[in-house]
Amino acid sequence: MTMCKSGEGAQVPRETGPLTRIASNDAIRPLPMGEVKKETPSVVVIKEHNALVIHSLDDIAVRSGLSIGLPLANARAICPELTVYDADEAADAKTLNDIADWCDRFTPLVALDPPSGLFLDITGCAHLFGGERAMLQIICGALARRGFAVSGAIAATSVCARTLTRHSSGRIIEDGAETDAVAPLPISALGADDAITKGLRRAGLKTIGDVAARTRHEITARFGAAFTTRLEHALGQGDAPISPRKPLPDYIVEKRFPEPVTTEPMIAMTLQNLARMLVQAMDKQGKGARKLEAAFFRTDGAVRTLAVETGRAVTKPEVIDRLFRERLDALSDPLDPGFGFDLIRLSASRTEIVVQQQRDLDAHVHDNDELAALIDRIAARIGGKRVVVHLPEDTHIPERAALAASAQHHLAAASHAVWPARAEGEPPLRPLRLFERPEPIKVPFATVPDGPPHRFTWRRATHQVVRVEGPERIAMEWWQRDGKVLTRDYFRVEDEQGLRFWIFRDGLYDSELADEDGKPVPANWFVHGLFA
Amino acid sequence: MTSARLSTLASLRGRIERIETSNEAHALQRIALGHAGADAMLKGGLARAAVHEVFAEGRQGASATGFIAGLAGRLAARKPLVWVRQDFSEIESGALSMNGLSELGLDPRLLVTVRAADIDNALRTTADALACDALGAVIMEVWGDARQLDLVASRKLTLASQSSGVPALLLRLAATPLPSTAETRWIVRAAHSPPGASWSAWGAPLFDAQLVRNRHGPVGRWIMEWKCDECLFSEPSAYPQPVAAAPAHRSDRAATGAHRLAS
Repeated sequence: MTMCKSGEGAQVPRETGPLTRIASNDAIRPLPMGEVKKETPSVVVIKEHNALVIHSLDDIAVRSGLSIGLPLANARAICPELTVYDADEAADAKTLNDIADWCDRFTPLVALDPPSGLFLDITGCAHLFGGERAMLQIICGALARRGFAVSGAIAATSVCARTLTRHSSGRIIEDGAETDAVAPLPISALGADDAITKGLRRAGLKTIGDVAARTRHEITARFGAAFTTRLEHALGQGDAPISPRKPLPDYIVEKRFPEPVTTEPMIAMTLQNLARMLVQAMDKQGKGARKLEAAFFRTDGAVRTLAVETGRAVTKPEVIDRLFRERLDALSDPLDPGFGFDLIRLSASRTEIVVQQQRDLDAHVHDNDELAALIDRIAARIGGKRVVVHLPEDTHIPERAALAASAQHHLAAASHAVWPARAEGEPPLRPLRLFERPEPIKVPFATVPDGPPHRFTWRRATHQVVRVEGPERIAMEWWQRDGKVLTRDYFRVEDEQGLRFWIFRDGLYDSELADEDGKPVPANWFVHGLFA
Repeated sequence: MTSARLSTLASLRGRIERIETSNEAHALQRIALGHAGADAMLKGGLARAAVHEVFAEGRQGASATGFIAGLAGRLAARKPLVWVRQDFSEIESGALSMNGLSELGLDPRLLVTVRAADIDNALRTTADALACDALGAVIMEVWGDARQLDLVASRKLTLASQSSGVPALLLRLAATPLPSTAETRWIVRAAHSPPGASWSAWGAPLFDAQLVRNRHGPVGRWIMEWKCDECLFSEPSAYPQPVAAAPAHRSDRAATGAHRLAS
């Protein structure tokens, strides 16, 4: 139960311009939960080159003289009372992701820096939390209370902030002061390869300032261009972009609660108000939402997000509210408020310009709108893929003649689709119900080798053929697929009860159904559909 | 005492009647099927704002589908159609083929299919769809007996259908009929093609439709043919294939020609 959690470091750089502020979390050391009080060192080990080595360790272990990368056998020799945990990298990654979810409350731009770091772009967000220093304290304090070892920094470039967190926590570097801040740090803070760090140390360059004092081409010639770039970024000259986990939503509205809310009516009311605010914001720019996301931030750090998609742009708060109510009703694992939500956020992640339409008197436009709204509601509850319209496909192969496409996205296309016209005066030539995979039937014999059967067995029932019409020969698309594709001879048959089947023989009798020696092999028969 | 009780009963009956017939405007609207005998029994046709059930054995699924598609084609009047299908039904009796639907004279462009994972979802979706009066009809297809489809569920569907005027058609395959508030209940199986040479093609779809329940009239059983071109039901024709019209310019031959055909 008390697995070591990866530590966390909040580290906050600022970008070149005054525009971007980035925070990053860096986790280096784990902290065994629950056993902190005991004065025994703890380490997490991982298997490397067939030997168990220390993956991460706590402060007591560091004081005992252990270090990352030390084999476990050596560590036990140094510290016999060592508590050892196995590393679980998947759990670590999940934890980091959960923390990133939690960090969404500070800024929408959160990037992962695996295995244990996070970048937060806090440009324009800091004032909401009482300034950069207060924000850093809130983030680091909250994580530390959960038992993570955190190291955070704020700087204009991500690499600079990352470098600072490797050495100490809580640094905030003003724009332009990067060089001065980073120069006294040891080389290892750059996070370069072991070989490079050792090489620099051997050359007598102990701090980043020492390296920066050398000319760039010297460093590049010896350690490669990648290292020079990293160095320049750390010194605030240029920056590596971060890649946020989620695209920035077009509109965000949120409600924070000083006292967490737990009751359903309160949550519903909040969503209603947020929907109204969101629509107001979108309305000013003539936009409507196509994809909406509601995020519920629990006080204990868990975050639940729900998304709904709509077929056409939504511009009414009631519609948004209703879609979310449908979605909440249909959740297989209901929204669990736990100790309450302290932040509820509604964002429009995809929007489009709404063209106001004049309603016709014949209400045709109106009808389609109602249908689209109905489809959105059903899709919100049971999933968009389960509500489909049908589009014709240009193929002869019966099972591929129609394509089921999401009704939300293809309603307009489906209503203008062109289906093959039926022949006037003819009885139906295609079955009403079609099996996705043709079902094999047993045919005892046929009067002529390539003729229709007299009797067949399907699903353990024998059917006597009374009427038959065919064959209708459908050749497979040999230009689409390699290998042997068999031509099908379709027959429409009626049995003695009046049931009508669409059956086919797979393969032409004389040419396709023969083995290597040219001897005929028995044909396979299938029922593919049922006529009304 | 007794008279007071009787008058109370009478007034209660009156209230119930008023409640039940509150949506008379919708309920009165009837759509003729086209089959003269059935229309006479149904007093002019199927009521639009009501629930109609079609039962069939599992193996008769395609026939029942054809029949209910025909009912929907009559009732929907070229408005969009929502077909709610339980996933299991699709496995058992096949998916609805759009080409097959258009061969029956219905328009695949007007069809929205909802694949419901289970009966609860199907019921809920159907009730939702019934509230949308832009639709022509809502079809719910369920395989097997279902505990959830009880009198209460059926009553809900009826009320939803009455308030919006959208007909609800229930296709129940391999199910035993239970009490419900449906306006009509049909049991459908395929009918034989008319006798003829075994090589001759069959004609339009033929149904052996048995009306086993009719809330406002008698019941009956008919052989119905679905006319794909006219999009209506009719009495079965004697010939599966359309026969050539009698020559108009040779009236002497026309009579003998018709006679020969009829014999």
